[in-house]
Parts: sequence; C-alpha cells; structure tokens
Amino acid sequence: MTWPTIPKDNATRSAANLTDAVRAQFNWEDARDMLDGLPNGGLNIAHEALDRHVTAGHGDQVAIRWISKDGDRQDLTYAGLCADAARFANVLSEHGLKPGARVYSLLGRVPELYAAALGTLKAGMTFTPLFAAFGPEPIKSRMEIGEGNVLVTTESLYRKKVAGWRNDIGSLKLVLILSDGPMPENCVALRPAMDAAEDRFETAQTKDDDIALIHFTSGTTGKPKGAVHVHGAVVAHAATGRFALDLKPGDIYWCTADPGWVTGTSYGIIAPLVNRVTMIVDEAEFDLDRWYGILQDEAVQVWYTAPTAIRMLMRAGKDAAKPYDFSNLRFLASVGEPLNPEGVVWSRDVFGKPFHDNWWQTETGGIMIANTPEMDIQPGSMGKPLPGIEAGIVNTENGAVRECKPGEIGELALRPGWPSMMRAYLNEQARYDKCFVGGWYLSGDLAMRDKDGYFWFVGRADDLIKSSGHLIGPFEVESALIEHDAIAEAAVIGLPDETAGEVVTAYVALNPGFEPSEALERDIRGLARKRLGAAVAPREIIFRKQLPKTRSGKIMRRLLKARELGLPEGDISTLEADEK
Amino acid sequence: MTDADIRKAFLEELTQVAPDIEPDDVGDDDHLQDDLELDSMDFLNLVTALHQRLGVDIPESEYPKIATLALAVVYLKGRIS
Repeated sequence: MTWPTIPKDNATRSAANLTDAVRAQFNWEDARDMLDGLPNGGLNIAHEALDRHVTAGHGDQVAIRWISKDGDRQDLTYAGLCADAARFANVLSEHGLKPGARVYSLLGRVPELYAAALGTLKAGMTFTPLFAAFGPEPIKSRMEIGEGNVLVTTESLYRKKVAGWRNDIGSLKLVLILSDGPMPENCVALRPAMDAAEDRFETAQTKDDDIALIHFTSGTTGKPKGAVHVHGAVVAHAATGRFALDLKPGDIYWCTADPGWVTGTSYGIIAPLVNRVTMIVDEAEFDLDRWYGILQDEAVQVWYTAPTAIRMLMRAGKDAAKPYDFSNLRFLASVGEPLNPEGVVWSRDVFGKPFHDNWWQTETGGIMIANTPEMDIQPGSMGKPLPGIEAGIVNTENGAVRECKPGEIGELALRPGWPSMMRAYLNEQARYDKCFVGGWYLSGDLAMRDKDGYFWFVGRADDLIKSSGHLIGPFEVESALIEHDAIAEAAVIGLPDETAGEVVTAYVALNPGFEPSEALERDIRGLARKRLGAAVAPREIIFRKQLPKTRSGKIMRRLLKARELGLPEGDISTLEADEK
Repeated sequence: MTDADIRKAFLEELTQVAPDIEPDDVGDDDHLQDDLELDSMDFLNLVTALHQRLGVDIPESEYPKIATLALAVVYLKGRIS
C-alpha cells in the first residue's frame, strides 16, 4: 500500500534550523563558521565540544544528565565534563602516551566513557569505542587490527572478555579499570588516577586531517575494517546535528544509541555537545515505561533512536503511551535501518510528531540523507540528501558508472569530499580503493530515487546483515562457528524479523561422526554466544548435509537466503555443489 | 505448579534462548540483561518461550517483573494461579 504524505505546516518550516534559504546558500566553507577552531589555528573535536562553550560562559550548563540503572541522576556541566576530559588526557600523558596513540573503550554508558572519549581527542590520540556486549573475539580482533595501546573498561568486562588474551596484544600498554573493587593484575584504577590528575590540559594542536576516531565496521569477507575519521569531521557533526536533528543550543536531547557504535559517538557525544545541548544518557537497556518516563520527566525535545526500539514500543500498543505527556518533544529522528512507514505514522499518533528517518553509515561519519524538519515526509523514505551532500543511484558495469533514472534501483552513491568521510580503512588500502569508482563513493546499499528526489532503501548489495540496527559481517560469525568441532562449514545470513529487521541465522554442515540434534544446536549457539556476544551470534542453527558452493568453493549465501524466502534464485551458473 | 517447577521451567527456557549460560551459574538475583548479558531480542524470545510453555502472556510493561530468576518465579506463580 502507499502511505499518504505527512505535510509540514508553515510554523514548523520556519522554526526549523534548515530552511529553504539556508539550504540554498549552504557550502562546507561557511559551515566552518559554526566552529571556533583552536586559538592558534587547527581544529580539535574536544575543543569544539567542550572548551569553547566554557570559554564563552556556558560552563554551568548541563552537558550530560546521566541516569543510572537504579534511576539516580547525575548532572555533569560543560565545565565539569571539560575538567574530566582534561583529567583523562593527563592520565594518558602521565603514562607516557603520545599523540597518535590508540585508546579503546569497552564500557557501558557511564560518565567516564564520555570523559575518556573527549579526553583522548583532547590529547590528540585516537579514540575507538567498542560495544560492551561484544564477546571476547570481536573485541580481540578489533584490538589487534587497530594495534590498540590503551583499553578503558570495567573490572567485570575485563575479567570476562579481555584477561584471557590480553598478553597476546603486544601494542597494549595500559589498561584502565573502572571499579570500586580489587584491581586485576597489571591494570590501573581509573577513578583514583583521574582524581589525582590536573583538571587542565592544553588541547593538542590537531589539524583537519589528523586522525581522531577509528570505528570498526563489518566486511562481507575478511576481518572487520577500521574506518578512519579525522578531526575535520567535526564540521559535518556540527552541521548535520543542526540540520538533520534540528539541535538548538540548550535543547534537551536524547540519543539512545550506544557509543560502542558510530551513531552513539557521532550523535551521542560529538554533534550534540558541539551544538551545546543537554544530553540525556541512560545507562539501562530498553524498557518500555522507563523510556516513556524519561521522555516525559526529562522533558526531552529532540529524540534520536532506532527502528528496533520503535517497533518494541509499537508492540506494547498505543495505550501503554497514554499515561505520559510528550508535549515537550519537538523533533524525532530514527536511524540504523529503514523505519517502516507504519512506525512513522504510529509515532505521529502517539507522540504527536512523526519520526524522521535518516541514512548514513560508519564510512560516512555523519548523516547524509535525511527527512529534515522542514520537509514533508514520505513514510518509508530515508528523505533527501542534506545540503553539501550529492547523492546518486548508480549502476556499475565493467568499471563504468552510470546514473540510474528515477524509479530505477541501483547502488546508493555519494560524491566524495564531505568533511566526515572516512579517510582510510586501517592498513587496507585495496579495500578502501574499492569503495570509490568513477568519482563516486559506493555505499553497498541498494536504493531508488523517486521523481520528487526522495530516496528509498531497497536492500544490501552484499551479504552484510542488519540486526537491531547493527551491521554484522557473516564472515566473522562463520569463522567462530567453524571453530566448533562438529562444524565442517558454515554460511550465515540474515532472515527477516518483525522487530530486529533481520536475525542472524547459520546454516552448517557437520563433520563426519556428528549428527544433527537439539543438544548440538544448543551447544553450537552457546559457543557462538560465548565468543561473539549475543548481538552478533546466530539465533538459529540450521543443519544441512552440504551447503551450496560455487566452482571456486565459495559458499553461496545469497542462494540460501533466496530459497529460505522463496525468492528467485538468480544466476546460479557458477553453482557446483548444491545444497543437501 | 510449585516454585521449584516454575524455577526449572524458567531456567530451561532461559538456557534454550541463551545456551552460553549454565543453569547452575544463574544466581537468584542475577539481572538477565546486566549480569547474564541477554540482549533485547533474547528477552523477547524468552517471553515468547515462557508463553508457550506456561501459557502466561507477559505484557511489555511487566518485563521488569521477570528481570531476575527470583522475581520471575514470584511473578509467574502469581500469573499461573
């Protein structure tokens, strides 16, 4: 069915940060005026996020209102967070770390995470957040690839997920632990070290092209890729926060994404602080009444969340939202995977405001295509390119790129050159170069542009899986599965799921001497969960005698998926050994 | 059903959803998400499994009432009877 357009009235249009006039005049040069720059030249994300606001007299404004799992609140002002970031930078420096060192965090949403991220950037070092729900293997492989020098984590995460292999990572010099209890061997207690450190630190003289962040993202084949981002990206964080999320100084803003993923860093730390809002940070996981309660009690004005969470709210029904007052909400945005039109319409009924879907990915560093406040919404569409972004739908044939006509499906592509574009995949020049063809950055997402210029997501061009908004590489999961004694070969695909978008599902063929059984299925899932963590491990194991393979021995994941979904099998001319 | 029956049923369904967990390692007050590392999809799968096994339909607003083994036994007992 087609969904009616959700129109915007003139009052909404004229109150938006991004008006038609602003859009018409926009260029990236002028966007730099949103920032201050370092006093002696140069650009540093932490300076733009914290120091300049304190200097301008906003030190007493609350930067983070943190809500603990128990519901206690703690307010951190801009001055307080700035001092904590300086303390963290001093701790790094006192341990002999120099600009360029690589600092990893493996933490839940606790205040120290924000001090660590910003302190690292202030010190001119590189920050890499990891998702605390990862199992030991994804953590270890990302530390190895990025040659991490510092890890900031908790005692419990360290014991469960790091201690077993810590000594294998030769580059790792310092482990900082957040804990009130006993300290594991060769670790440094973070809080006392920060308390003893000076609360001032001269910001490193970083420049636009200096590395600031490395975000890992999954590949279809091979190991995860470390997407390298620079301090100059903050120009895009500032502009997209202002235009795509409509952030205004002093707003109460809640981004529910975990900083272990790129959204939680770009829009859960940097963009909001650069735009001087008050961020709500909730330590707890999704909970229906807690979330509705936070929106009401904290008087949230701008809310950025994800389709999986929205669908969980929808499952509970509209009545569950009735007791709450959402009158402070001004703008709602969603990202992570396409938000189905039902979610857009539902949110307008429940919150009085529709969700605005937007699109971007780890490699783009910031929002690229969005439903912005002044735009009419076509429910189900990701919107239109932001100012300064040129997007296209292209087909590549024999190395030549052709732009598609309106309504034609092709690969979503962007003209390179926006400030938050990744600058490298760490140590993987060939994989990086493959992303750029004929003057376009190729996103790997299939999409369509309609005659009015709205973009519509169609699917992935590759085998990557989107589950609960997280991009999961099948190869990483398959590699863990074949470590199980029983498994000869494995193919991992995403199957559609009402709530998660897709769920990770594994097809396995067994070694001689093993027979499929419920007990074996559980044992395999158990091992995968221990190694990969719940977010990445398969939810279901399906036994096959043989997996479909090409002549060169490559397992045809696409064919398994097509068959499972009853879709056309496509070109199977290279199929050598079929599924049994 | 006795408390012991409910406890057994809950642990079986929990370890079916999350086979990385050993039933003996589950403490009465371990939080399913914070301590046992279930994610929200696991939680939904557990709710579905408990519904199938015990016939108890747990509404979203009552998810916190099964957040630990001890809480779940009390809650499920009340709902079954």
